[in-house]
Amino acid sequence: MDVQAWTYLIVGLTFALYIGIAIWSKAGSTKEFYVAGAGVPPLANGMATAADWMSAASFISMAGLISFMGYDGSIYLMGWTGGYVLLALLLAPYLRKFGKFTVPDFVGDRYYSNAARTVAVICAVFVSFTYVAGQMRGVGVVFSRFLEVPINIGILIGMGIVFFYAVLGGMKGITYTQVAQYCVLIFAYMVPAIFISMMIAGTPLPQQGFGSMLTDGGGYLLDKLDGLHHELGFTAYTDGSKPMIDVFFITFALMVGTAGLPHVIVRFFTVPKVRDARVSAGWALVFIALLYTTAPAVAAFARYNLINTVSNTQYAELPSWFKTWEGTGLIAWVDKNDDGAVQYVNGKAFAGKPSFTEEEGAQGQRLISNALTDNDNELYIDRDIMVLANPEIAGLPAWVIALVAAGGLAAALSTAAGLLLVISTSVAHDLIKKQFNPDISEKAEVTIARISVACAVLVAGYFGINPPGFVAQVVAFAFGLAASSFFPVIIMGIFYKRMNKEGAIAGMLSGIVFTAAYIIYFKFINPAANISDNWFLGISPEGIGTVGMVINFVVSFIVSRITPAPPEDIQELVDSLRYPKGAGEASAH
Amino acid sequence: MEKGKLQEYWQTNLKYLVGLLAIWFVVSYGLGIFLAEPLNAIRFPEWSGGGGFQLGFWFAQQGSIYTFVVLIFVYVGLMNRLDKKYDVHED
Repeated sequence: MDVQAWTYLIVGLTFALYIGIAIWSKAGSTKEFYVAGAGVPPLANGMATAADWMSAASFISMAGLISFMGYDGSIYLMGWTGGYVLLALLLAPYLRKFGKFTVPDFVGDRYYSNAARTVAVICAVFVSFTYVAGQMRGVGVVFSRFLEVPINIGILIGMGIVFFYAVLGGMKGITYTQVAQYCVLIFAYMVPAIFISMMIAGTPLPQQGFGSMLTDGGGYLLDKLDGLHHELGFTAYTDGSKPMIDVFFITFALMVGTAGLPHVIVRFFTVPKVRDARVSAGWALVFIALLYTTAPAVAAFARYNLINTVSNTQYAELPSWFKTWEGTGLIAWVDKNDDGAVQYVNGKAFAGKPSFTEEEGAQGQRLISNALTDNDNELYIDRDIMVLANPEIAGLPAWVIALVAAGGLAAALSTAAGLLLVISTSVAHDLIKKQFNPDISEKAEVTIARISVACAVLVAGYFGINPPGFVAQVVAFAFGLAASSFFPVIIMGIFYKRMNKEGAIAGMLSGIVFTAAYIIYFKFINPAANISDNWFLGISPEGIGTVGMVINFVVSFIVSRITPAPPEDIQELVDSLRYPKGAGEASAH
Repeated sequence: MEKGKLQEYWQTNLKYLVGLLAIWFVVSYGLGIFLAEPLNAIRFPEWSGGGGFQLGFWFAQQGSIYTFVVLIFVYVGLMNRLDKKYDVHED
């Protein structure tokens, strides 16, 4: 069977599995719809959290990014895992004890204020939409590359699947589908990684393999990479080029942002006990760590394979994957010195993304019309292809390539579903039930929740088909806002009894306004000024959420000291959050 | 549950948190970022099969993640014991 037949088979089987689970786990009550009846075993919740968290970006893009960033890629590895320690130690158990459905629920009740609740709802919806547009795009990209259907059709198919199991099953359906999706995605990630580790380093453990000797006798892989980088004019692979202060602030913003993302937090409302919330954060990180410790190995292998294959090779002698991906526009080559060979050195070959003319060059390469730069680099490679093309580059069998496609889809769909549920709960529960119509019946609330999931799927699909040009930039936004709004407000709600509504609202607003203004200025209003000389203390917009978080903490502390203490019953509520005993099941009241 | 006992339980919890978060910070930010460069002079021993790893780089891309996992399970263990001791565990 060829790659395409395998892909149809494997993707078809996994989709049938997801739909089967959705029918089996149809939700009846609001509790089942919002928090899966708070009956998910901790191990299963850990798996579902891992799938929820690992998006198309983790699966498809991250190893590619690290491959090109070397040491600097550590910001993603540490930033997107370290937040789970904060979740397990500082957030999850207390929020589970609180026992409601959503993050705005906690903010609204703890700060006895619908204004605070509304700010939280707006943040939750904004953060989730930002994120979900990227997932839908990821679904479309995988479909178009592997099944050769247009991106838009791919997005429509993805929307149909998510629509089916999210609308029908709510959190219950999503949770058990995510468990299946985790299994698919981790298998799809590990199989090629193990194959490649065997080939390059002679050990089946990728985590060990990228610190091992090359099987072809060229010494240690990482030393070899440092040497190649030196030769070609790149910074050494094991040595970063970002300033240390920025690495620190970005990593911190990603960690704190992770701990503040509503679709991650809400997963800890679904377990039966406080004890389970703690341990399921641990399991989640185990399942995440499996992929996150493999990714840097995949990155190093791919980097080595790439440089070895293309550097100074005649275009005519390049393997077929090079031409396949050139066909999709993700690789481009310009023969600056007319020697027919690929020169790959530091620097951009030309400005921007390639815009192809319909003509072919002397070697049969696709010609581009971009303005060339005056350095010697002749090669453009999109970072996203490193994971997707890795099995082809390594010459693995067709079924492995098909598996990677199914894995990418599982990663994108599972994250999209989790986000869509946050959006629908925010609308049905936090806005309609809590603010506009408290007397609404449970049945009507579930119906509204279903309708809002459906609407959210349509909006997300629209953004996937017509992506706003700034999708990549808004990711910084999602993390920055989560870091500067939710994280401090929840932490203080638990650990600082004296915190009152005046402090919380002032803190959230100042944190959000500062962070948003900084990002909007450098990313949208004046992108030309987005260089380190102009940054506040040398902190990039990606890392500014850390400063926003500090501002939030300081402002809310000061304001709370000069305004009245929270009422007695709120102080008692905080006391009761601090020990597990008596944690009832999650409830609406 | 009486106030004084609860206070004691909470203080112990805070002590655990401070200790574990200090390790969290030192391993990721300390060893993986601030001290990465000097640590890169040290290599893994040959017999480990990972002799190509410079220590600072390894902490940033591998070691910190393993540490995070261990920290959470240590906290789970400590708290389960503490909950029992103060009789605030569930069921």
